Amino acid sequence: MHRTALFLWILVLGFALAAPPTLTGAGATFPYPLYAKYFSVYQKQTGVRVNYQSIGSGGGVRQLFAQTVHFGASDAPLSDAKVAEFKKRFKTEVVHVPTALGAVAVVYNLPGVTEPLKFSGELLAKLFLGEIRTWNDPQIAELNPGVRLPPLPVTVVHRSDGSGTTFVFTEYLAKVSPAWRERVGFGKSVSWPTGLGGKGNEGVAGMVRQTPGAIGYVELVYALQNKIPFAALKNRAGRFVLPSLASVKAAAALSDFPPDARVSLTDTPAPEGYPIASFTWILVYQDMAKNHAFKSKAQAKALAELLWWIVHDGQAYNEPLHYARLPEVAVRVTEKNLRALTFRGEPLLR
Amino acid sequence: MPGWLYQRLGDRLFAALVVGLALGVVLAALAIVWVLYQGGREALHTFGFLGFLTGSRWDAVRGEFGAWPPLLGTLVTSAAALFLAFFPALSAALFVVEFAPRALKGAVAYLIDLLAALPSVVYGLWGIFVLVPLVRERVELPLFTWAAAHAPGLLPFLGPPTGIGMLSAILVLALMIVPYASALARDALALVPQSQREAMYALGATRWEVIRRVVIPYARAGIFSGVVLALARALGETMAVTMLIGNSVNLPYTLFGPAATMASLIANEFTEAEDDLHLSALIAVGFVLLLIALATNLVAAWVLRRMSLGEGRK
Repeated sequence: MHRTALFLWILVLGFALAAPPTLTGAGATFPYPLYAKYFSVYQKQTGVRVNYQSIGSGGGVRQLFAQTVHFGASDAPLSDAKVAEFKKRFKTEVVHVPTALGAVAVVYNLPGVTEPLKFSGELLAKLFLGEIRTWNDPQIAELNPGVRLPPLPVTVVHRSDGSGTTFVFTEYLAKVSPAWRERVGFGKSVSWPTGLGGKGNEGVAGMVRQTPGAIGYVELVYALQNKIPFAALKNRAGRFVLPSLASVKAAAALSDFPPDARVSLTDTPAPEGYPIASFTWILVYQDMAKNHAFKSKAQAKALAELLWWIVHDGQAYNEPLHYARLPEVAVRVTEKNLRALTFRGEPLLR
Repeated sequence: MPGWLYQRLGDRLFAALVVGLALGVVLAALAIVWVLYQGGREALHTFGFLGFLTGSRWDAVRGEFGAWPPLLGTLVTSAAALFLAFFPALSAALFVVEFAPRALKGAVAYLIDLLAALPSVVYGLWGIFVLVPLVRERVELPLFTWAAAHAPGLLPFLGPPTGIGMLSAILVLALMIVPYASALARDALALVPQSQREAMYALGATRWEVIRRVVIPYARAGIFSGVVLALARALGETMAVTMLIGNSVNLPYTLFGPAATMASLIANEFTEAEDDLHLSALIAVGFVLLLIALATNLVAAWVLRRMSLGEGRK
């Protein structure tokens, strides 16, 4: 009994002294399967262990501010106000590291309709505002010539829980529809004018599947994995684009990529791009010594190297898991931001 | 007898242990009240306590938070579920105690108790896959088409017949609370002395008269306790309701349409509430829910006392 305890102690001590640093992060649930893959591969390659708690983006940001984690993860970039607050409180910048792209697919349940429906942004906004009440409305028929639309009532299904998916979707609607912007606005939880709320992607998908005449939105990853049919959307260039890994990646190939990587991709000007796409980010302190979760420079260096690995070698794991890869321009900008990471003024990457 | 009178060390230690643990529970309860109040203070101050209770807009985008829609949702679903569950629960208890043959007694009681052991997410799944389609096809659509043809004035009260919404949530909630009401009622009915029943029979009463005039009045305090327990359970139920109620804070609610309860609102929005006021408003909703549970218990205690006083006079 005693000997076992002693042995365990030595084991623990040995690990504490010799083991590579352990990192802790918390945040978004949407990229969790991808991050789990990243971190398990990375641990096999380098021995660096990462504990990631998928507690939601809001929680991730909160923990980052509370300095209980080494990095946060969020599906939405920090607002200007939050960035300013961060700078004021911690005397350093918050760095947004994009890791992957997600998109929101518009799904529906129309018995007898087999070809993918086409929607424009304004039409989508009218449907979700409850202004178009039946499926055989001329405004829908106009965009979908030749499709036999049933005279079913439109049942809107939305997320009931706060989510990055809702943020991206409502931000898109607010960009393309002044009425939506004024009446609802955008955010992770909004005050929906109509419809049913389902919890999580699975809740929304379940309700859509069960209710003839339903229209909803889910993460593209979820729709692809579960083979749910989705609609093509008209982008700013006027083309109808189906969501796919290629069209989502295309949405992010912007010529004027902002240097802090806080960029909204909704209603993208890219001609081949799908209009409801978004990055997901890992958030870190630029001067990592300001984050008291770090106990040593070695830890900070390990995190910087992990992030470098994610935006380069790690990207190979994105597409098998249905997350779009970062476009070249995003990688370039992020490389620059990662080189600027420091620990008490000393750069962490060469 | 006060603890310090005990002479032996073991007795003293035991007394200290019991008192300490009991105090710990009380302190934990007080700490919960305190933390909820602290967390919700920002929202309660911004809108005022009454303003928060009666505000009918819940809009995280504009930072406006009023707890009335979820409050109303909680009260309506709980009350309706209790109303639906009460008679089946009492009947089940009566059947087990008064009517069931000995061989069946244990089995029926066991099966009813089993309902309480099912996790609430299982009720939610069953609700989505079995109850919702059934309610939509067999109850809501026929009622809706009937109302559309014969009583169009009813339509605004019925709401969209999609199956997901208040009605389904109430039905599942009712099923979930039956075992709580039933178990306590059963124990209370079983405690009615045989002599009371025999006295009634001796006067020539029928079985129905015995149950109505002696058994139920004698057991009413126990039956009522079961009702209170069931109500408390209904007020706080989260998972199954969240999965079925449709989660909308838009008033007015309709019978078939979506609604929200306080517990479901917290479960939905807590993880992603980044804004301080939003988080505070959610915690304040938790505080209000606690106050309602407290009020329910106080009223229940008062009613129970009156009941037992009444028993003495009988």
